[in-house]
Amino acid sequence: MADRPESSSALSLVVNGESRSLEVEARTLLVHALRDELGLTGTHIGCDTSQCGACTVLLDGRAVKSCTVLAVQAEGMEVTTIEGLSADGDTHPIQRAFVEHHGLQCGFCTPGVILTSFDLLSRDAEPSHATIRHALRGNLCRCTGYQTIVESVRAAGDALRGEGS
Amino acid sequence: MIPAPVRYARATDIDDALALLAEPDAKALAGGQSLLPIMKLRIARPSLVVDISRLELRGVDVRGNELHIGPLTTWDDLLRAEELRRPALSAMAECADGIGDLQVRNRGTVGGSLAHADPASDMPAVLLALEAAVSLRSPNGDRVVRLADFFVGPFMTALRAQELITDVVVPLSELGSGSAYVSVEHPASGFALAGAAASVGPDGERVAVTGIAGRPFLVSDHGDPVGDTEVFGDRFAPADYRRGLAIVLVERALERAKERAVEDR
Repeated sequence: MADRPESSSALSLVVNGESRSLEVEARTLLVHALRDELGLTGTHIGCDTSQCGACTVLLDGRAVKSCTVLAVQAEGMEVTTIEGLSADGDTHPIQRAFVEHHGLQCGFCTPGVILTSFDLLSRDAEPSHATIRHALRGNLCRCTGYQTIVESVRAAGDALRGEGS
Repeated sequence: MIPAPVRYARATDIDDALALLAEPDAKALAGGQSLLPIMKLRIARPSLVVDISRLELRGVDVRGNELHIGPLTTWDDLLRAEELRRPALSAMAECADGIGDLQVRNRGTVGGSLAHADPASDMPAVLLALEAAVSLRSPNGDRVVRLADFFVGPFMTALRAQELITDVVVPLSELGSGSAYVSVEHPASGFALAGAAASVGPDGERVAVTGIAGRPFLVSDHGDPVGDTEVFGDRFAPADYRRGLAIVLVERALERAKERAVEDR
């Protein structure tokens, strides 16, 4: 019988569109598998206590804090990190909006902010300022004061809608 | 921070999960938004985590005069459930919207929160006010426990070692019903310093309070909601302050629930 109690196991998942297989300890957190095993260091570790959102990735399209998911829980699922948003070499419209609207300063929180914004905009293409602030509650930024982040998300929504029409 | 060494098994069905949970230090893992943080802090050091997150216990549906919430339903699922868009159940989505943050709501589950029984968590107050019950399953069979009897103390419930929540059942009330949840949160953690849920209908009013005591509780006297309950306090919010908040929040929750009950007629 597969999946019986194991302290380490083979893990197969799709990361940024590519099938990956690796061996991880049961206790390995998704963020460590991504950074240490797969070299995807765009996913940052800030607080490591599920507060700051720097480690946010998409798991089957939904934003999650990868410091609070066991890597083995992602078996068979699709993970998208910040590297995956611009996999074809072009920056994603959300990334471009953050550049154009000065949505970052030091950039440490930005991968997480952008992936949370991706989740928000995939469900609400035209969010209000209040909706954006509520959605980004789990992403802490110590540089911008958030105003330019909110403006960037609004602009990204406009850009994404423009492309769709 | 990483959890202490642990073994992992993904349960294939409820019976399989219960068999795995026979191990004395095993813990069931759903969304992990409560269990993983305490495993990382090594407050919890289970020998085995039984991953129940893929069991078919997720979703919201109405059957007869009851609302059934699968314990693996996430907060985000609740926010999107059409079934909750009626004044009698407004408190549920209102409450879910304020839990954690978007990422936590994508993973955290109703059943996980109930089983974890953090005395400051929000939804228990709402489910108490809505007179919910939980269905539990163990190798000895099934039983139903009213939520009012489920919470025993801080992080303690009526759940036995080898037992899982299989359903959360909310009786649906008649037209002319409304519910509401209001809270004052700790600005950093987002947990309730005090929270109050109210449900108002043709058959009367029910109010429940969370965040101020060892467990959430149903209020018996709305004029004196705290009564002789032993109120918890810390350096952020002393007991007297929490008591004051609870009294005001009960009034506000009742007022809002009554407004919604009028809209429902």
